[in-house]
Amino acid sequence: MTRHTLSVLVENKPGVLVRIAGLFARRGFNIDSLAVGPTEHEEISRITIVVNCDEHPLEQVTKQLNKLINVLKIVELEPGATVQRELILIKVRADAESRSRVLEAVGLFRAKVVDVALDVITVEATGNHEKLDALIKVLEPFGIKELVQSGMVAIGRGGRSITDRALRPVERSA
Amino acid sequence: MTEQMTGRKEPEGTERPPGAAAGPSAPSPRDLAARSPHHPAARDAQPRPAEAPHAAPPQAAGSVPPQAGAAEPPRAQVTSPGKVRATGAQALVYALERVGADVVFGIPGGAVLPAYDPLLDSKSIRHILVRHEQGAGHAATGYAQATGRVGVCMATSGPGATNLVTPIADAYMDSVPMVAITGQVPTSLIGTDGFQEADISGITIPITKHNFLVTKPEDIARTIGEAFHVASTGRPGPVLVDIAKDAMQATTDFAWPVPFDLPGYHPVTRPHARQVREAARLISESRRPVLYVGGGVIKARAAAQLRELAELTGIPVVTTLMARGAFPDRHPQHMGMPGMHGSVSAVGALQRADLLIALGTRFDDRVTGKLDTFAPGALIVHADIDPAEISKNRRADVPIVGDCREVIADLVAAVRAEQEQGRRPDLTGWRTQLDSWKDTYPLGFDEPGDGTLAPQHVIRRIGQIAGPEAVYVAGVGQHQMWAAQFIDYENPGTWINSGGLGTMGFAVPAAMGAKMGRPDTTVWAIDGDGCFQMTNQELATCAIEGIPIKVAIINNGSLGMVRQWQTLFYNERYSNTDLHRTAERKLAGTRIPDFVKLAEAYGCEGIRCEEAADVDTVIERAMAIEDRPVVVDFIVHRDAMVWPMVAAGTSNNDIKFARGLAPDWGGSSE
Repeated sequence: MTRHTLSVLVENKPGVLVRIAGLFARRGFNIDSLAVGPTEHEEISRITIVVNCDEHPLEQVTKQLNKLINVLKIVELEPGATVQRELILIKVRADAESRSRVLEAVGLFRAKVVDVALDVITVEATGNHEKLDALIKVLEPFGIKELVQSGMVAIGRGGRSITDRALRPVERSA
Repeated sequence: MTEQMTGRKEPEGTERPPGAAAGPSAPSPRDLAARSPHHPAARDAQPRPAEAPHAAPPQAAGSVPPQAGAAEPPRAQVTSPGKVRATGAQALVYALERVGADVVFGIPGGAVLPAYDPLLDSKSIRHILVRHEQGAGHAATGYAQATGRVGVCMATSGPGATNLVTPIADAYMDSVPMVAITGQVPTSLIGTDGFQEADISGITIPITKHNFLVTKPEDIARTIGEAFHVASTGRPGPVLVDIAKDAMQATTDFAWPVPFDLPGYHPVTRPHARQVREAARLISESRRPVLYVGGGVIKARAAAQLRELAELTGIPVVTTLMARGAFPDRHPQHMGMPGMHGSVSAVGALQRADLLIALGTRFDDRVTGKLDTFAPGALIVHADIDPAEISKNRRADVPIVGDCREVIADLVAAVRAEQEQGRRPDLTGWRTQLDSWKDTYPLGFDEPGDGTLAPQHVIRRIGQIAGPEAVYVAGVGQHQMWAAQFIDYENPGTWINSGGLGTMGFAVPAAMGAKMGRPDTTVWAIDGDGCFQMTNQELATCAIEGIPIKVAIINNGSLGMVRQWQTLFYNERYSNTDLHRTAERKLAGTRIPDFVKLAEAYGCEGIRCEEAADVDTVIERAMAIEDRPVVVDFIVHRDAMVWPMVAAGTSNNDIKFARGLAPDWGGSSE
């Protein structure tokens, strides 16, 4: 089993996400991570899905996804040729005694402090999955009170855009 | 109906641009409808169209502006060129007329009431008031399977819509072009658990090719156009259009044609030339090839092309349950139906093949048996219009995505090119081996020793007396398998059943739909007594609407196929499969229900047959009745079993042609 990152361009319409998530569930695929958001085209949304599976089932789920009428295009993003990022927000215990060490760790990971309370600071960090895992491990001993993490978003390196040809003109009419 | 189907003069390929007048007089909505690419009559003038093109060429690319005069429905006020003011409900009916719907099966109710008002005025759409929405759905399927056109059903919100779920799932599994239209509670009530509210678009996501929830009146006409387009093109399937009541009540501008908004829908129909050549090369090199033919060949109207390919190559053919009729049963190259209850020759052909040319078929578990022992020595050429079917269950060596008619036509040309270069396999040994299996293990049955009727005999005689031009519609179970085995199908579209979902109760409503689609054809429902009791209320519809179907109840007093499994695999412990329980003293001698009385209560002719000697006369009597539906209650032997059989989960190699009897495959052809 290997991790695969799929970028799915879909029509920006209500109910599209449930069609996609439902298809994964019904065909027996676990989604590791999912992120949805707008693109440079108002009418297109982009869903980044990370799945753990073998090559053959991945081909099958890609074909099934392609059959959804609202799906415009699916691209598998190769890790080597892709920038991948997740966002994490962590509330970590930081009293007078530990605060300086927490801040040191935050600095090492080029994370940011975005909120401070009496004995808790909230840290924001972005990066790939491995970096954020490492940050969590470093902060864990201080006491993580709350943690929220986004799904991964990813974009191919270089000048090409996967949205270029996604919107074909209307080809038929009644 | 008849006028509509046979009176169409416009030949295929001479489609006028949208809006162009058909003649000196103003075009009727009907003529306009005929010009829609989805209008069946524009595509095929024959009721059962083996030859008509699968899909008309799309009209001019780009959005087509509404044409003056093109959209002038009755009773509507023209406000600007090409547009009329209309309620959403009127727009729905006008759009249905334009796409060529001529029959709608349905039941009105609160949320869909607005649509039923303009429906009353439609000159070209006949609404059939069914007794249960499930009947409407299966009738739409029967109509579609008998004609190749899109079947339409309609229901109200909530329970009306959920009653359509079974037929929609059934149509999805068998790739039936169907459009289901449901009323939805008004937009302001959606999400509030309003009266008769059900999220039918959410419910049907996994069982539709696509579905729509329409909340704006201006979207209704376009959505109907899109729904018919999606349902009937590519791999066909059911499409549900759920329309909020307030959208039907509000007014909008109706124009036709409407540009589609389907940027993500691009079905591939043209096969890849290199793949086709590769397939032809494998055919030349094969020694034991088989044409493994599925329902896609019938959907693609490719029976003639298939026959050409088969006769050109001499390759033996098997037709799956969904493909019965795609290749003539009496053709010497036909080895029969493969699968769990397939013939020894068909199953054996697949198992011993070195090349399967799989056409419009999906390697269903009922055909393959235990998958990893299926056709172990065969290379696979797999052609299907749905790319997701290729290599889904069995890896394809040569995948071909395309419409079966185009694939087979191209394959014929590619095989000819091979043959012209002297490459032609010698199949003599292979054909001899298969013919010997076919002769040694023909389909057969034992006459019951106690003088009761053999169900297989009844079904075979119906097939022989009604002949290969009739349409046969089955329910699900033993009678379905016998009907697939013991009736000779010579023409596509003459065998209609619930293959993928296995929906008991399919036969009566589907036969009703088939008869509506092909009123001049004899339509026999071959049903079981279990199935029949699930949907026989539609006999009332048939009697009142004048749809004279013929129903043969193969009455063994039990859920026969389940009972057969209990006999074979559950030590003859008959748990809840006895429908009559006449062994109990208080029920001895009863008939509950009495199907003859039931038929009469529904305004049908009811006939009972219990003796072998009466079978022919009863069938002939039923054949002679044309003015009302006929129900024949054939009381048959209850212990008859379906053979051959590959037990579920076992290998095709372990097929038994009768209980405990395995075929002797003889020497290998190696």
